[in-house]
Amino acid sequence: MTLTLSHYLILAAVLFSISIAGIVINRKNIIILLMSIELMLLAVNLNFIAFSHYLDDIAGQVFVFFILTVAAAEAAIGLAILVVLFRNKGSISVEDINEMKG
Amino acid sequence: MTAEFIQPDLMPALPEMVMLGMTCLVLVVDLFLPQEKRGFTLLLTIVTLLLTIGAVVLVAPVTEVSSFGGSFVLDQLAVVLKIVVCAITVVVFVYSRDYLADHSIYKGEYYVLGLFATLGMMVMISAHSFLLVYLGLELLSLSLYSMIAFNRNSLRASESAMKYFVLGAMASGLLLYGISIFYGITGTLDITQLTVAINAESWNHPVALGFALTFIVVGLSFKLGAVPFHMWLPDVYQGAPTSVTLFIGTAPKIAGFAMAIRLLVDGLGDLSVDWSQMLMVLAIASMALGNVVAISQTNFKRMLAYSTISHVGFILLGILSATANGYASAMFYTITYTITSSVAFGVLLVLNRKGFEAENISDLSGLNNSNPWYAALLAIAMFSMAGVPPTVGFYAKLTVLQAVVQVDMVWLAIVAVLFSVIGLFYYLRIIKVMYFDEPIADQTTTIKEALDVKILLSANSLGLVFLGIFPSLLMAYCILAFS
Repeated sequence: MTLTLSHYLILAAVLFSISIAGIVINRKNIIILLMSIELMLLAVNLNFIAFSHYLDDIAGQVFVFFILTVAAAEAAIGLAILVVLFRNKGSISVEDINEMKG
Repeated sequence: MTAEFIQPDLMPALPEMVMLGMTCLVLVVDLFLPQEKRGFTLLLTIVTLLLTIGAVVLVAPVTEVSSFGGSFVLDQLAVVLKIVVCAITVVVFVYSRDYLADHSIYKGEYYVLGLFATLGMMVMISAHSFLLVYLGLELLSLSLYSMIAFNRNSLRASESAMKYFVLGAMASGLLLYGISIFYGITGTLDITQLTVAINAESWNHPVALGFALTFIVVGLSFKLGAVPFHMWLPDVYQGAPTSVTLFIGTAPKIAGFAMAIRLLVDGLGDLSVDWSQMLMVLAIASMALGNVVAISQTNFKRMLAYSTISHVGFILLGILSATANGYASAMFYTITYTITSSVAFGVLLVLNRKGFEAENISDLSGLNNSNPWYAALLAIAMFSMAGVPPTVGFYAKLTVLQAVVQVDMVWLAIVAVLFSVIGLFYYLRIIKVMYFDEPIADQTTTIKEALDVKILLSANSLGLVFLGIFPSLLMAYCILAFS
């Protein structure tokens, strides 16, 4: 069996769906949310690389480098906010984030 | 695949380069300033923004100019929006100075983050490739996340920062997924070439194009705060320090509008039949939920958040009509809305003082007795948001509705008017509370009045009436941007 473009796209779509489910369904830990966000960006990267190879166009791979860089910055800020939240709240459970309602 | 390197024309990007250089300067200079000289950082920040405005005016082209291989574009739309974004940011920084000092977050990083966010917005406004749209958006969002969590002892602030971070990152992911599908279909990231490719390909992949478009629209409406992707907005408005709420509630709306225009109109204009259907659902839901839920709010910031959601519905109305007239009216609406909301939050900031956070509607009661001038300024802003003539909000709503009626969607205009009437209730309630309610006894309403803030706030608020009487001063530029 040879791997075609659609195999990569299906894998990326499955990863993307898992990450969305991880954000929406998860009720326990904020760190899992951050992991889901990373997974989501990686699924997009997989899409870009598959298309880039298939189209024989380098722009998609350049885009992936930028996404990776931004994802690193994003993770740094996300974890920093998480530390601040833990200091104030003493918990990183999703269920405890309920100060504001309405 | 050997490409020779061609030196791009750097002149169109001069404002961004000026701003980046000056922002780095602000960052370094601030390190060597003692706390009591923090005012110098603010001064330097304002100089940076004014220099940037000067640079924009200097390089303003007669016709559209593009550079960096077509991924950066400077046209009339970009010039007007960049000037407005920088001007609004100056206003925001002046208003927030005393608030920051009172809440011990008067730090240089606040201004540096604000400048980087502004730079991100300017990149978004000029972006003409998916890559640049994404980078500008992330520069804006990452700065905003940290600005919200800036008051690090506040539980609410860190909580709302976390919510905004998770939902904002998810929105970026959805947007990127849509972009990746478009890249697969058309083989290009450039928005100009995308239009050509979609024209040629649209018969081959109608389902895939619709699929990708859905992701783009969802990502966009997350960023704009349209229902049903609005969940972050009320919490962020309420939880963030009021000075940051003021910033989030103004300039980024303009950047969001620019992003919508660049992606949907410039890039995917051929699919306008598809996206205007989607925007219609979003617009009606936003106006309905925003106006109805705002009625039950007791927190002024949260109420303004729901009011923002309803205004986003109106902006989408202008875009979904898919005519030059509609885009121009949406642009006018966006700009005047940011000016109006800067007045509302500006007055709220003035009422704040050490150890007292004015944020509930009841905090405004009897404001007319203690501070008739500020009560009047806030009343003008409320009238403008509600759309009462002669304020500019009336004209903005009128032009949007006109654009909708022109494309034979009279029923949509009627729905919009009905929800505006519902919205009138909670704006007028603020005025009733300020003018007819008894002041709360334990509240000492001595307001620390900085003269520059008072002058700027007065000019800002009276400008709403002025623009309402002479709307063509601004409208002319909006029409020019889409001609």
